[in-house]
Amino acid sequence: MNKIDIVNKLSETANINQKVAKIVVDTIIDSIKQAIVTGDRVEIRGFGSFSLRSYKPYKGRNPKNGEVVNVPPKRLPYFKVGKELKEAIWKEG
Amino acid sequence: MTKVDIVTNVYERLGFSKRESSEIVEKFFAIIKESLANNENVKISGLGNFVVREKKARKGRNPQTGEEIEIAPRKVLSFRLSQVLKSEINDSAEK
Repeated sequence: MNKIDIVNKLSETANINQKVAKIVVDTIIDSIKQAIVTGDRVEIRGFGSFSLRSYKPYKGRNPKNGEVVNVPPKRLPYFKVGKELKEAIWKEG
Repeated sequence: MTKVDIVTNVYERLGFSKRESSEIVEKFFAIIKESLANNENVKISGLGNFVVREKKARKGRNPQTGEEIEIAPRKVLSFRLSQVLKSEINDSAEK
């Protein structure tokens, strides 16, 4: 499922036209992205949360030729799965 | 940021009432959840992919008693960040 599928499904279930549904989906995704980029924690009850984690620089290796490379410090968002979502996925298994 | 802030953004950008905005935002997350529960991955360009991964059964131990127990096979969700967003975050960090 990709963004277009979400737009179509939202248009159906919320009974709104596709153009509006697309703006809604873009607004939601942009809100989340904006918060992540600025380092704000995003918490969506029942779904999960995103928080930015900092990683120290370290020396890594190019797995192809074994060359040592410096990996710069970086920040990456971590997604913690919400309890409800976790259980929904688990039960289907 | 919580769901309320997302609802406010939807409310401000589109002509819906607060209540309608809230219902629509709930539906958005319900759609993603349903897809993942049905074992179908969700790709959101510019943000990342939500991927359902199957974990095999394995043996574990109760750390308190040392007793061996079977850990049932299960499915877990992982989030794989978009490369675009990854570089966006780290470019803004350097400024």
